Amino acid sequence: MRRAAAWLAMGMAGLALAACSGAQDSLNPAGDQAAHTQDVWRLMLIVCGAMYVLVMAFLGWALWRARRALDGPPLEDAVKSSADAPMRNALVGWTALIILGLGVLAVGSFLVDRSLARADTKDALHIKITGNQWWWQVEYQDPDPSRQFTTANELHLPANRPAILELAAQDVIHSFWIPNLAGKEDLIPGRTNWLTLNPRRIGVYRGQCAEFCGLQHAQMALDATVEDPQAFEAWRQAQLKPAPPPSNDAQVRGQGVFINGACGSCHEIAGSDAHGRTGPDLTHLASRRKLAAGALPVGRDGLIAWLHDPQAIKPGNHMPLVHMSDQDLNDLVAYLQSLS
Amino acid sequence: MSSPCRRLERLAAAALAAALLAGCQRETRDFHGPPPPSGPQASGVSPSDLAAGGGPIGPPHDPRAAIYEDNAFHIGEGKRYYDWYNCYGCHAAGGGDIGPPLMDDQWIYGGSIEQIHASIVEGRPNGMPSFRNKIPDDQVWEIAAYIRSMGGNVAKDAAPSRGDELQSSLAKTQVKPTPAKPAAPTDQPR
Amino acid sequence: MSAAYPREVGAKEAEALHAQLDATWRTGTGFWDRLATVDHKIVGRRYIVTGFVFFVLAGILAVLMRLQLATPQSGLISADRYNQIFSMHGTTMMFLFAVPIMEAMGVYLVPLMCGTRNIAYPRLNAYSYWVYLFGGVMIWVAFLLNVGPETGWFSYVPLAGPEFSPGKRTDFWAQMITFTEVSALAVAAELIATILKQRAPGMTLARMPLFLWSILVTSVMILFAMPAVMLASSFLISDRLIGTHFYNPAEGGDPLLWQHLFWFFGHPEVYIIFVPALGMVSSIVATFAQRTIFAYPAMVMALIGNGLLAFGLWVHHMFATGLPRLGNSFYTSASMTIALPAGVQIFCWIATLWDGKPRFKAPLLFVLGFVVIFVLGGLTGVMLASVPLDLQLHDTYFVVAHFHYVLIGGAVFPLFGGFYYWFPKITGRMLSEKAGAWNFWLFFVGFNVAFFPMHILGLIGMPRRVYTYPAGLGWELWNRISTLGGLVIVVSVLIFIGNVTVSLRRGALAGDNPWDAATLEWATTSPPPSYNFAHIPVVTTREALWSEDRPVMEGLKSESREVLCTSVLDAEPDMRHASPKPSLWPLFTALATSAMFIGSIFHEWALVWGSLPIVVGLIGWLWPTTPPKRQLEAAT
Repeated sequence: MRRAAAWLAMGMAGLALAACSGAQDSLNPAGDQAAHTQDVWRLMLIVCGAMYVLVMAFLGWALWRARRALDGPPLEDAVKSSADAPMRNALVGWTALIILGLGVLAVGSFLVDRSLARADTKDALHIKITGNQWWWQVEYQDPDPSRQFTTANELHLPANRPAILELAAQDVIHSFWIPNLAGKEDLIPGRTNWLTLNPRRIGVYRGQCAEFCGLQHAQMALDATVEDPQAFEAWRQAQLKPAPPPSNDAQVRGQGVFINGACGSCHEIAGSDAHGRTGPDLTHLASRRKLAAGALPVGRDGLIAWLHDPQAIKPGNHMPLVHMSDQDLNDLVAYLQSLS
Repeated sequence: MSSPCRRLERLAAAALAAALLAGCQRETRDFHGPPPPSGPQASGVSPSDLAAGGGPIGPPHDPRAAIYEDNAFHIGEGKRYYDWYNCYGCHAAGGGDIGPPLMDDQWIYGGSIEQIHASIVEGRPNGMPSFRNKIPDDQVWEIAAYIRSMGGNVAKDAAPSRGDELQSSLAKTQVKPTPAKPAAPTDQPR
Repeated sequence: MSAAYPREVGAKEAEALHAQLDATWRTGTGFWDRLATVDHKIVGRRYIVTGFVFFVLAGILAVLMRLQLATPQSGLISADRYNQIFSMHGTTMMFLFAVPIMEAMGVYLVPLMCGTRNIAYPRLNAYSYWVYLFGGVMIWVAFLLNVGPETGWFSYVPLAGPEFSPGKRTDFWAQMITFTEVSALAVAAELIATILKQRAPGMTLARMPLFLWSILVTSVMILFAMPAVMLASSFLISDRLIGTHFYNPAEGGDPLLWQHLFWFFGHPEVYIIFVPALGMVSSIVATFAQRTIFAYPAMVMALIGNGLLAFGLWVHHMFATGLPRLGNSFYTSASMTIALPAGVQIFCWIATLWDGKPRFKAPLLFVLGFVVIFVLGGLTGVMLASVPLDLQLHDTYFVVAHFHYVLIGGAVFPLFGGFYYWFPKITGRMLSEKAGAWNFWLFFVGFNVAFFPMHILGLIGMPRRVYTYPAGLGWELWNRISTLGGLVIVVSVLIFIGNVTVSLRRGALAGDNPWDAATLEWATTSPPPSYNFAHIPVVTTREALWSEDRPVMEGLKSESREVLCTSVLDAEPDMRHASPKPSLWPLFTALATSAMFIGSIFHEWALVWGSLPIVVGLIGWLWPTTPPKRQLEAAT
């Protein structure tokens, strides 16, 4: 029993310790939704913790009393005991306590759920997110078509401005989850789900698919950058532009490899002749932090590793191994690095 | 447990194993594909070598074919790429549109997996473009394997069933086999 | 060797009766005799051993997963293999270990606790075992041949549907469901019939041991829950094999239909595993505290409450799917409510210990471990019932921690306690107490080291079902600790296996009732004779063996197989009923059934041609024998 208490204490210490880490951490809220949820968590921890301590105390008392009874005379009657009546009262009290505790928790949970449903959506950003095996397509919507743009595996959000996410799936069920911002919501083929975010704290947070979606479920992440409104606007303006044209020989050759080779069949680079729609949009690839849904950092080493053998890094993903010469590979990487 | 019972268990396991061993190569998942052939391309027959309805002319047997033909995973991937590379655009779901149908028994340029692979890579007269370098080779093999399944020409336990879309053709598990035969030159479609 | 009941019969007379009864009920020692047996004790023993083998196999898979996750970006196991491994771990633990072994304990113990000579429908019982065995062997052979399931034990569509899971892997999984459901439903029907119609005279419902109540509740739950998953998996397999559209949204199907059907089964499933464990805990607590369970009526109501409420909360597995919000809140309340019966039961057990005189033997140790672990798991369950909190914790390692606390703490600990408790009855020998203590403490410590850190991992963002994870998110340390704990559990289970192996040969002889327990299975010899009881005991109090007054009943034939049927409520003697003889037909029918099930994975016409041998088997099985089976004259 003492051991259990020690474990509980250690667990609490662990929780406290864990609370100060991570970019993918539900106990480190950076948005209203995650903060509200953390309130529920605290309420639960207190009420459930108290109940656990009560049960363990009763058990401890029972065993302590029993150890004494071991030396005493044998039980006179195993069926009837003088303690039955007071114990029955205690049982009634215990039942009432459970009902009370559950009532507190249910009402608390319900109130928070209501507050989540009534989240502030004034002047909200509208973003459509489509889950694919195993990457995220992100489309910033706007009533004006010239202000719409598409990116992949990244989300930029202005702080203190709500964002409404429209969630759809291309193939199987995925689940969108950035724990620092909000709880998860599934992306289901044939349905549309909605999730509202109210990001508050500036920073880069990591999200990950939370519903098992096949071979590379483990490597289906995205980055959410919460930034101040000016920075967001600058980013948006950059995203609205087509890709910059190649500016040196290597980049020109690299663009040729991209368009004449297999790359352009699946990937789009706005402003070039590559118009594939089945893979992630690469128009501003070099401005992103991660490659292949969080598998590698963007940069020369990451790009070379990925293009050299995508199946070694994310076995089974749909980026094929395209055999090419070292020269072509270097040119292609030079071109991709110019897509800022 | 009693020993005869264990013996029976072993017997059942052995029988099952024998039945399944035959089929388990259908479940292999080789994500890398085979290395590209070195030297002259195995399927390097130029379009001019082929007469329409030209019978046996075509690429020789290719060792890579065995990896893709009758492998459930590769056929399933081929189904996906058939859609992604827009084969639908001309061939619809196999019933044919401006391109010839792929699920009947008429094969203008041959219906073996090697011949279909060659047709995709090299292109064919009257509208079939060449996808050389546009589609990586292992994906071409996967698409070819899937096309074989449209006519019921792959093992039933490797054929894909329906997809998650509006249905315009049978699940491939329900297609009766249609042995390939070359079409008469006059049958050549538009 | 005469039965304990009654003591006043002369030795010679008892000897003759024993010989006669044994000749009637004995299972021969030949190869075919063993295959044909319908003795519930032999079938139950096979069931238990087979279930335990599956537990060990699935445990090996768990260790492989823990080794893979001990370090970030580990290359030990490939993604494809890992997905098969976690799918097989869940599938085996849920379908081939947990439910079958709970039913197996019922198959062995229920007739003994009821004071009857065999289970109801003994041939169906034999059949259900064979079907279970063949289904389990099928899925494991498929797994070893790289055709194992790869979409988890929950197999969500469309991932498990025809488009995204090509090949036969998921077909084997769906058909494994059919196998295990057929056997589970059969056993549930037998157990219900045995408990309701074959209780010893005088064992009214109000005198039934809590273990019988728990098995009754579980079996009724199986009857209502399992058809939902059979329906779901039949839809799945017909989508996959012949291209139907139950789950295809483009053609009017719905992927969420799968989730509703699966969890309508899947949530009760957890209680199907857990409720029999409650019965075991009650048996062990009463025996080792030497005290009747406090507030028996409240305990019975709590068991029934568990069974009913379990069907009303499946949607808490689907909070993230975008169902209407207010509806979700209903399921929050329903899910929290189930803490009430559980809390009442915990109180009653502790109260019993408080007022008793507990002996701290291995079975009681496991029960104490159960209380410490299970209460924590139950409380995290209350947390997960809250919609907002669940949206954060759903599909993370917090959930993995929660259900291992509930299932290992709530079911496996009582089960191990049950092994220690009933091993002397089944084998006639005691397990070593010293090894038992080691077994318990290593399991208890190892379990907490392995699973407590997972709560933290879930809170700091680690999702479930990932074959690898990146470094730098603060997950490495907790994962490494967890793996260490897993290895400690391995040592503990090895000690248990060693203990069983040694004790089978060299354990101390047990005698009829080594623990001084109160229920009827201890009224006969250890191990029980083939006919269980020479004279059918008559029950006058709830604690039958703690009473001085132990009447018996005579009048059942000894030269042919007969059992006594009693009335449902008051267990008044009703009629004598002939019990079937051993037969090879159940085995034949099970083989034919398996051939049909496996054949239908490969060709739909196997359903038609494969059913013909089954019909032949059933005709042979049910062929009337003379004289007529039912003898309606009232028993004396």
